[in-house]
Amino acid sequence: MTEDKRLTWVRRNYLSIIFSAIGSIVILFLVVALFNMLIQQALTDPGSLIEVMFDEEVLKSVALTLYASFLSTMIAVIFGTPLAYVLSRHKFPAKSFIESIIDVPVIIPHSVAGIALYALLMRRGSIGSFMESIGVVFEESLWGIVAAMFFVSVPLYLNAAREGFQSVDPRLEYVARSLGAGPIRTFFAISLPLAIRHLFSGAIMAWARGISEFGAIIFIAFYPMVAPTLIYYRFTLYGLGGSRPVAVFLMLICFVIFVVLRMMSRRWGGSHQ
Amino acid sequence: MGRIASIILENVTYILENFSIKNVSLKVREGEYFVLLGPTGSGKTLLLELIAGFHVPDEGRIILNGVDVTYTPPEKRNVGFVYQDYSLFPHMTVEENVAFGLRVRRLPENEIKRQVKEMMNLVGISHLSDRYPSTLSGGEQQRVAIARALAINPDVLLLDEPLSALDPGTREDLREELKRIHEARNVTTIHVTHDRVEAILLANRIGLIINGEMIQVGSPEELFSKPPNEKAARFLGVENILQGRIRLNRGGIAVIETGDLEIHAITKIGEGEVYVFIRPESIIISRKPLRSSARNIFQGRIVELTNLGPLVSVKLDNGLKALITRQSAEDMRLKLGDMVYASFKAASVHVSRRAR
Repeated sequence: MTEDKRLTWVRRNYLSIIFSAIGSIVILFLVVALFNMLIQQALTDPGSLIEVMFDEEVLKSVALTLYASFLSTMIAVIFGTPLAYVLSRHKFPAKSFIESIIDVPVIIPHSVAGIALYALLMRRGSIGSFMESIGVVFEESLWGIVAAMFFVSVPLYLNAAREGFQSVDPRLEYVARSLGAGPIRTFFAISLPLAIRHLFSGAIMAWARGISEFGAIIFIAFYPMVAPTLIYYRFTLYGLGGSRPVAVFLMLICFVIFVVLRMMSRRWGGSHQ
Repeated sequence: MGRIASIILENVTYILENFSIKNVSLKVREGEYFVLLGPTGSGKTLLLELIAGFHVPDEGRIILNGVDVTYTPPEKRNVGFVYQDYSLFPHMTVEENVAFGLRVRRLPENEIKRQVKEMMNLVGISHLSDRYPSTLSGGEQQRVAIARALAINPDVLLLDEPLSALDPGTREDLREELKRIHEARNVTTIHVTHDRVEAILLANRIGLIINGEMIQVGSPEELFSKPPNEKAARFLGVENILQGRIRLNRGGIAVIETGDLEIHAITKIGEGEVYVFIRPESIIISRKPLRSSARNIFQGRIVELTNLGPLVSVKLDNGLKALITRQSAEDMRLKLGDMVYASFKAASVHVSRRAR
């Protein structure tokens, strides 16, 4: 009887079983790639992993990475939220063009993005020369890093935020207006709180994307070194043994932070949805 | 009740992709309960949204209480709006939803508390004040939406199919509730619906809107007794709507006189003037008197046979209209002038008190 039941279950679900088997290869590859590095490090050279945690150069670069990406994400939130709202609510002639522009940083090679930003923001660049005159230098500076991170990560925030605002029924805004709330009040009392989870998760994605950026950054600011640059730099100097501990360390930090943030965003606004 | 026009539409035209409003003019009197009746997709909701200011008309003027508000934003119109799907703010409690319009008006907090309490009592939701909308039933949510709209003491109340999403029992309760609330507050109201019964039972006057055009405006009696054209007749006329008087009610089965007919119906209403509704699908047509449980059997002569595709509408000289399948019409070889029997159960008769 139970044998029969099991057989029936397999017959009914064999497509999902086959697909799960194929899909598990993907998961396996991701897990093995990350854990292989971790385990190798732990087995062959646990000492240098500990050492790295007290290496001032490493700690500085990790802190710089987190900080620069945080700044880039804040800029994305401040400037991207209004744009995302407009895109979610209105139809206008150039809309699909603008939406394509937003996706460009995702599809172009990061070295191309790096060259483009360098040409624009270097001391002799179109904007760089003007910005230098008011005291902001991008070349080999924190602002160069932030600019590169912003370029590659802002699409993630914009798309998540736009989706968030699209999920808010315009009728809720209509009703709020009919009750006497002006457009600004309506935005802050209705649209924003209802989209906040999307905005938050978009910001996390953008921050993560900023932290992981390397290709675009090195063209405009090899120094000060962000963690991905430092890992590459040590790899060219000392090979796997010198760079892997830093890589493992960065991975662990990112992992912990994102687990915490995910938990926070789940708790947020969970009461009504 | 005043005779001043509270809502005036002058040649309002608005074209959207799928819906449009074409040259609609209308005057709704102060304190009136006006029902906009029309089939789905006829532009009724759009017209309400224009009055509320969610859209600006392409042409024409909208005047509320003597002020031209055609270009006034919604927040300056003092209009209460209730949507079919309730549109409660999901991140706010019931109390916060009802208080929203008052908070926006920056009333003192104790004044807000007092008015919210009064409003929640009026619509019977006081026990729900700390709940979130997602935990409420449809009927409860709609009561909250009505309380929220009334809390701002609106000049005009706009109701967009407020009963359509509710189950039949709740719908009837809330329909009575709307009547009671209107009598208590006397707010000028426009109520949009596609339900003919709802329109007759609630309206002082009805405006019939089809394909974005206002076909006719008049009292329920005027509209249903002489529809202006075939389109209107087709929309209005499929229902058997009779006026009558309950003669006696014995154990829940009432005998109702409607002029030509004496109809048996299951109802709790004991006596008085009533409307009688019978869905044409509930009426069976036969050549010989049926031997069935149907309490209502009437003989009549066929005065109209209308082919409606798979269905045929049969109209008898005693005023009853039936919808039968093409197949059974052919099997019985029905033709004009034939004498037939129309039967329906007492349970298929819907009875409602006639107020006016």
